Amino acid sequence: MKFAVVVFPGSNCDVDCYYAVKYGLNQEVEYVWHQEKDLSKYDVIMLPGGFSYGDYLRAGAIARFSPIMEAVKEAAEKGKYVIGICNGFQILTEAGLLPGTLRKNEGLKFICKTVSIIVENDKTPFTTRLKKGQEISLPIAHGEGNYYVDGQTLEDMKKNDQIVFRYKENVNGSVERIAGVINKEGNVLGMMPHPERAYEPLLGNTDGLYILGSIVDNFIKGGVN
Amino acid sequence: MVVAKVYITLKKGILDPQGKAVKGALHSMGYEGVKDVRVGKYIELTFEDGDLSLLEQKVDEMCKKILTNPIIEDYTFEIGEG
Repeated sequence: MKFAVVVFPGSNCDVDCYYAVKYGLNQEVEYVWHQEKDLSKYDVIMLPGGFSYGDYLRAGAIARFSPIMEAVKEAAEKGKYVIGICNGFQILTEAGLLPGTLRKNEGLKFICKTVSIIVENDKTPFTTRLKKGQEISLPIAHGEGNYYVDGQTLEDMKKNDQIVFRYKENVNGSVERIAGVINKEGNVLGMMPHPERAYEPLLGNTDGLYILGSIVDNFIKGGVN
Repeated sequence: MVVAKVYITLKKGILDPQGKAVKGALHSMGYEGVKDVRVGKYIELTFEDGDLSLLEQKVDEMCKKILTNPIIEDYTFEIGEG
């Protein structure tokens, strides 16, 4: 299987994603510049963390209009796995591929630390190596990770089991401690924590492989039952 | 020249950490009377002269498409001679 790591001007976790896929998962991976228009040869699309376009206007607002985003939408519609991490999550919400939006952290500060995450939905192609209620540790590093969604949409999301991860402690003020969500169809995941920064013992944490490894398992199996 | 002045504010009820920080600073400077602070954005768009009513529609479209995030932000704008 082949992964694409989309590189926007200002992405800074693209190399982490690349290494996590290549050395953590032993899978093929290529960088794809945001001005490209074709993602047809890739099976999984990763939108990495960083500060696309300097986060000017709003995080993810300008990147969402990069030419590659049409191809990301197409890939999502075809059912390919799409994962947006941190700034990638912000871009996916701006693009309307995921519900809600990310506001400035409630505590006014940029937060960079390892936090506990609780798995809410273990039936997604990104979480089959996990169990509902399981607690894992992942690094976060964001100034705008405060997830917001209106009440009605939140109810719909709960009905569709779209909340995938919650923070154990509400580090940034997110509605219901939400740390990661999935689309209704179940193939587009957005999350603020960084699994790609936790893929080998040298990094002091391998919990990210629960998530990245699930993608590989499910691709090989041909989908989640 | 025609200038469109776009004012973007966070919707009521949406937490504004930036406003909160500014309020704290004002209070610590002795401006105790400040009850609340909300920080917004001001965007100025300059155009060549043209049909104003058509422009109004265009600026509205720009606000909806990219300049604001309708989930958390409201906007108003005015168009006039620059």
